[in-house]
Amino acid sequence: MRRLVELQQLLAPVVLVIATAIVGTVVSSSTETYFTDALVKVAIVVALYVFIGNSGVLSFGQISFVALGAWTAGVLSVPRSEKPAIMPNLAHALAEHTTGNLTSLFFAALVGGACAFIVGVPLMRLSGLAAGIATFAVLEITHNLLRYQEKIGPGLNTFSSVPETTGLRQAALGALLAVVIAYVYARSRFGRLLRATREDSAAARAVGASVYHQRLLAFTASGLLAGLAGGLYVHLLPLNTEAVYLDLTFITLAMLVIGGATSLWGAVVGALAVSALDSYLAIAENGTTILGHPIDLPAGTRVIVVGALMALMLILRPTGITGGREFKLWPRATS
Amino acid sequence: MILAFWNITPQVFADAVALGAVYALMAVGIGLVFGVLRLVNFAYGQLVMAGAFGLALASEWGWPLWAGIVLCFAVVLALSLAMDYLVFRPLRGRTPAVMLVATFAVAFLLQSIALVWFGPLGKIASSFGDLSRPVTISGVDIRKITIVAIVVAVVCLAALTLLLERTTIGLQMRAASMDSQTARLLGVRANRVIGTAVLISGALAAVVAVILTVSSPLVTPDFALRDTIVVLAGVVLGGLNRPLSATLGGFSIGFASGLLGGTLPTDQSQYLPTFLFAAVIIILLVRPAGVFARGNAVERV
Repeated sequence: MRRLVELQQLLAPVVLVIATAIVGTVVSSSTETYFTDALVKVAIVVALYVFIGNSGVLSFGQISFVALGAWTAGVLSVPRSEKPAIMPNLAHALAEHTTGNLTSLFFAALVGGACAFIVGVPLMRLSGLAAGIATFAVLEITHNLLRYQEKIGPGLNTFSSVPETTGLRQAALGALLAVVIAYVYARSRFGRLLRATREDSAAARAVGASVYHQRLLAFTASGLLAGLAGGLYVHLLPLNTEAVYLDLTFITLAMLVIGGATSLWGAVVGALAVSALDSYLAIAENGTTILGHPIDLPAGTRVIVVGALMALMLILRPTGITGGREFKLWPRATS
Repeated sequence: MILAFWNITPQVFADAVALGAVYALMAVGIGLVFGVLRLVNFAYGQLVMAGAFGLALASEWGWPLWAGIVLCFAVVLALSLAMDYLVFRPLRGRTPAVMLVATFAVAFLLQSIALVWFGPLGKIASSFGDLSRPVTISGVDIRKITIVAIVVAVVCLAALTLLLERTTIGLQMRAASMDSQTARLLGVRANRVIGTAVLISGALAAVVAVILTVSSPLVTPDFALRDTIVVLAGVVLGGLNRPLSATLGGFSIGFASGLLGGTLPTDQSQYLPTFLFAAVIIILLVRPAGVFARGNAVERV
């Protein structure tokens, strides 16, 4: 019985992701893109959850690792013949090699995790506001370097000619992988220790948990998943530096907060719910009809609605839609 | 890098001081509200943006200069009060990190409202052309606005110091920011103190809006967003525990960013944010509580 209760915490998000993918296959191909995008967002938000949710430390910097993953996968998988056209100043070693889809995703995750570890070693000493500002600084530096360093990417240009291999299937598999890794981590000894430091740092230290080491581990795991998600993202649509910067930070943080930051279930529900709303508003911005009434919302309405929703959620129900709890079919069964 | 520091011209120096002065004003605005509410207002830049749009609209309607400035103040003060009532009040007592995320959301909300309202290209506030022309002081060309900015900032900071040090409400604000619970027990009315702090902070945002609009008249929805991010870093670097340390932090980061911007060679000047934020991280690691903070602010059990 107890195993079943624990297992449903994994099964519920998995079923939700698979259901989204299945619904995505039956809709028209123009709507399918929104479903694929939503699944990539699930992967990003789950990556945020692994660090922010378990540690309770705010980070504005995880999108840096999404950006680095996107750059890695993008640079590796642009066909060799097209590299001089879009990335004329690319470093020699990168210009000579081109890898396949899976290899590029593997390296994206690797680079994301490695960079998160390097950044985390000094930064995980900080908490509270200092951590918020320092991770913001990481985002600013990453954005600035990717924007102007043309040896490692297209700089100001858009990542065109990356093979668009992220369809529904790849996005769903990526999101599932992220969910499973996040679940295994959260159930492990390390995840439990980190949540203990979140709930009561002094008590956790008293029983021998190292706040620093636990946070560093979660930060690295989060960077790994963020890098993978970035790789998926660049294979979905042509990105530039602005696409993996403040707006994405805002929307993914909003998803995490609206869903409920302290649970995996909340991260997945938040990502899908906000994606659904956001996609619907995006369609409405281009003109659509509700019950026969034509509506045509001005551009920018989506951010207004999502921003208002996030602010309202933080004010009225700071634990999010799910209350920050994992999924339970039978409330109060056993725990 | 080191050599670049030798190329500081008087113009670069004056501009750096002016930028530092403007950032110091923003830092005080953010620091005052933090003092009484323990809330870091990420949406502070959007108050400045709203004021700047007030100025731009006034100049578009052909209003005289003073009327534009009145409109700017009215818009910013109204928005500050609305923000206090609708957002800050319900958030009281949450952790600083939660409030930072909440105001992050408000910032995006206001920015996209401006985007829908005015479009991505923004508007131009044209009636201030005269102030951005240079005057020559002992052979050095300095833009008038640079001097105005420095003078206005010094006057505002002096007035604010007098208010905090010499009046009852100032005493109450300092008391509330030191220990709001004890202050309330001793009869300080929390809402009045917080309201005053929010209004002063709004007035400072309006002043900043006027100065920034003169130096860059194109007002877009992301107006002052970058400045706010830099000032927030400066404020946390300086130390949020006292208004003075936050102000010094704001001034230092503005001054440093002005100097770097003016002296970095052209092939490196695009990396200005990298230099600036790398310095922010290093300083935060050395002094997490703030460079100018007094005493040891590490939480004890």
